[in-house]
Amino acid sequence: MTTGLRAAIRVARPSFEIDVQLDLEPRKTLALMGPNGAGKSTIVHAIAGIQHLTAGQISLNGTVLSGPGVHLPPHRRAIGLLGQQPRLFPHFDAAENIAFAARAAGLSKRAAQQVAHDWLERLGLMAFATQRPAALSGGQQQRVALARALAAGPKLLLVDEPFSALDVQAAVEMRELVREELSRTGTTAVVVSHSGADALALAERLLVIERGVVVQQGHTRQVLAEPATEFVRAVANSVPAGYESEPEKRCSP
Amino acid sequence: MTAQVDVGTRAPSLVLLPAVLAVALLVLPLMALLTQASWSTLWADVTSPQALQALGLSLRTGLLATVLCTLLGVPLALLIARSSPHVAQVLRALVAVPLVLPPMVGGVALLLLFGRTSGIGQLLEQLWGFTLPFSTAAVVMAQMFVALPFLVLTVEGTLRTSGAAYEQTAATLGAGRWMVLTRISLPLAAPGLLAGMILCFARALGEFGATALFAGNAPGRTQTMPLAIYTAFNGAGAGRESAVALSLLLLAAAVLVLVCLRAWRPGALK
Repeated sequence: MTTGLRAAIRVARPSFEIDVQLDLEPRKTLALMGPNGAGKSTIVHAIAGIQHLTAGQISLNGTVLSGPGVHLPPHRRAIGLLGQQPRLFPHFDAAENIAFAARAAGLSKRAAQQVAHDWLERLGLMAFATQRPAALSGGQQQRVALARALAAGPKLLLVDEPFSALDVQAAVEMRELVREELSRTGTTAVVVSHSGADALALAERLLVIERGVVVQQGHTRQVLAEPATEFVRAVANSVPAGYESEPEKRCSP
Repeated sequence: MTAQVDVGTRAPSLVLLPAVLAVALLVLPLMALLTQASWSTLWADVTSPQALQALGLSLRTGLLATVLCTLLGVPLALLIARSSPHVAQVLRALVAVPLVLPPMVGGVALLLLFGRTSGIGQLLEQLWGFTLPFSTAAVVMAQMFVALPFLVLTVEGTLRTSGAAYEQTAATLGAGRWMVLTRISLPLAAPGLLAGMILCFARALGEFGATALFAGNAPGRTQTMPLAIYTAFNGAGAGRESAVALSLLLLAAAVLVLVCLRAWRPGALK
């Protein structure tokens, strides 16, 4: 059986067509970068099942999710999505938000509450368990959103710029947390970011798209060291000098 | 009090006179109702047997109509909110027809559909020996006909705007459609649902035209408050004072509705 994500994505857009092929091994992370409007979010939405394909096929661990005559709805894909906005359910408190995902994954109410409790304890958020999202800071909301996304037990996590709305300190902390949790849970992930530092910290491989097509791909460090376009060069130049990547640590099974 | 500073957004002075006249048109009749009411006999008028009978019938039928409108209207609102823009536009226009239709026309239409000479009317009579027109059930149906749009359009607007992003998030967490509906969509739409139910009840309570034609004006069976007021002013049933007193009661109900709606606007109770 073919494992991991295999995707040939074609989506027609008014100004250009997105035509991207991406493959991702289990337990690995791929960074997806590109200028604004390059089609990154469309690709993420296509994998999540929110966007229909014009042509192509997406399969995960051998199961076809999208393809000719096939479109599995988002709730049957086991693909989590952590976006720029945490989108915590405003009528639930932090614990209920996490427990909702565990319930959706089929756990009993009691087991789901235990999962929520464990996650909050792990993230140091127990004091906020009964707080509604409005009472949490942006960073705390994103941490709860990460716990919620992983509590659903996704086979693949799509991380779409979740650090961009946070202040610098919170963004660095959140990035570190995402790295730790992806490693600990062994979750396969696609990370969309504008930051070369994010890509270096989180992803073994980097895929760069411009106007809907892949312009460069390979090992993250190698791509940034040998930029093929002006955009990649700008990204590489924005990485702080001496910045060390970490994802190699999670390469071992 | 701080004086209003002209930052270029003030209305021209010319609009003042027609605006004041418009307010007068709305407020003065209600003032007349308040000033000409016989306050010394108000309690006795409101609690007279005929008035109580009409009040009781109005409350019972209005509440039942609201419950039935909720049971039928929420699924319809959901369907419209989740339809394609074109289908939603057609359904919304259909639902809005009773809003712009004179209620009398609604009464005639209901009579033609359920009357003894109609197919449905004959079927009801043959199967259960039941004649719908001029019954209490007809009052409820007339109220539903005119009040349902208020509920559907209010709930639909809320469902369309309040939770789409959260519903998508819930789906990516693995929640099926039923779980999304019951745990995300409906709870998030609760303020809109409550507002829709209050508007629906208020409209049902004030319904006159369709009820008069389809249900008639039988005291205790189909004579609701608006019909009792109309009858009283025509010199039958309860007296003129009772009519004014009942009108005041409806006015109080309307004010209460406005207060409730304001209180239940999203975020108003925080």
